[in-house]
Amino acid sequence: MTDAKNYMHKSWWKIASIVLLGYTVVAGFLGEVPRLPLLQETIRNLYFHVCMWFAMMILFTVSVVNAVRYLRTFNLKYDIYARHFAVVAIVFGLLGYSTGAIWASYTWADPNKPAYNSFSTIARDPKLIGAAIALLVYFAYLILRDSIQDIDKKARISAVYNIFAYAILFPSIWILPRILPSLHPGNEDNPALDVKNDISGSMRIVFYPAVIGWTLLGVWIATLKIRFTLLKEKKMVS
Amino acid sequence: MDRYIKNPFHFTERKKDGIMNSAKKITTLLATFFLSLITFAQDKKTEMADMMKENGRIYVVVAVVLTILIGLILYMVRLDKKISRLEKEN
Repeated sequence: MTDAKNYMHKSWWKIASIVLLGYTVVAGFLGEVPRLPLLQETIRNLYFHVCMWFAMMILFTVSVVNAVRYLRTFNLKYDIYARHFAVVAIVFGLLGYSTGAIWASYTWADPNKPAYNSFSTIARDPKLIGAAIALLVYFAYLILRDSIQDIDKKARISAVYNIFAYAILFPSIWILPRILPSLHPGNEDNPALDVKNDISGSMRIVFYPAVIGWTLLGVWIATLKIRFTLLKEKKMVS
Repeated sequence: MDRYIKNPFHFTERKKDGIMNSAKKITTLLATFFLSLITFAQDKKTEMADMMKENGRIYVVVAVVLTILIGLILYMVRLDKKISRLEKEN
């Protein structure tokens, strides 16, 4: 089942990931940021919190592409790819969610009210509910997978489910929060990609490399798990 | 406007009258007032961790985070090498 050396065994993109993440940390803490009320220095979370979500979206896309590849070829290799990319994406999503919870509790919370009072307001935010729905849908993907014994059936059903999950991902994290009033920034135009009136240029030169760096780290973790699983499967067959 | 006037200086030269002088005074007063307002607004700019940068303590934070990052990366590299070795053995 293992194929010849492919991108997983190349080291250039792993080095690129390390360099970009190092740059993210150094420039992320030392670089110039706009002086905004309320946000203040926490605006630097853009290089970490937002990157988690961007990495998650890219990894879920890779996962669904592999699910489609499985359905086209019925090669179980692609099922393993799809599963591990989805798992790493879920981890990034959970990290994005928890970092967002920390960030919001210091910037959205009403300082005049007790913490639990503000929490109920924050927890009702459409962006948070949308993100929670998206993550729960992918949790169900893992549960569905592990509840089916037959390997081929498992791969086929979970590949189809993966496509459905991907179809609900973007409506729930992008479209739904835009329809409803939300405290979360980035509900107008193209968030983080609008050149004219979104994040400043000094932040842009850190943010985009950070997205690539975090995504490559996620791909690295996923490929390690894929390689390990392929080895395990090979041992079981022989 | 008449372009062929007999005395062109008639239009450009104005007599200094009382109203104009007092208007000038008022504008100068207002200008200084707004200038002071601007400086006042700059004093009240958003608080940032400027102190951290001035005394260099922020570099300590960067060093700590970089160390953690390097540690995690080294762990990843070791895992990668181990899996590569397993792949060769098979």
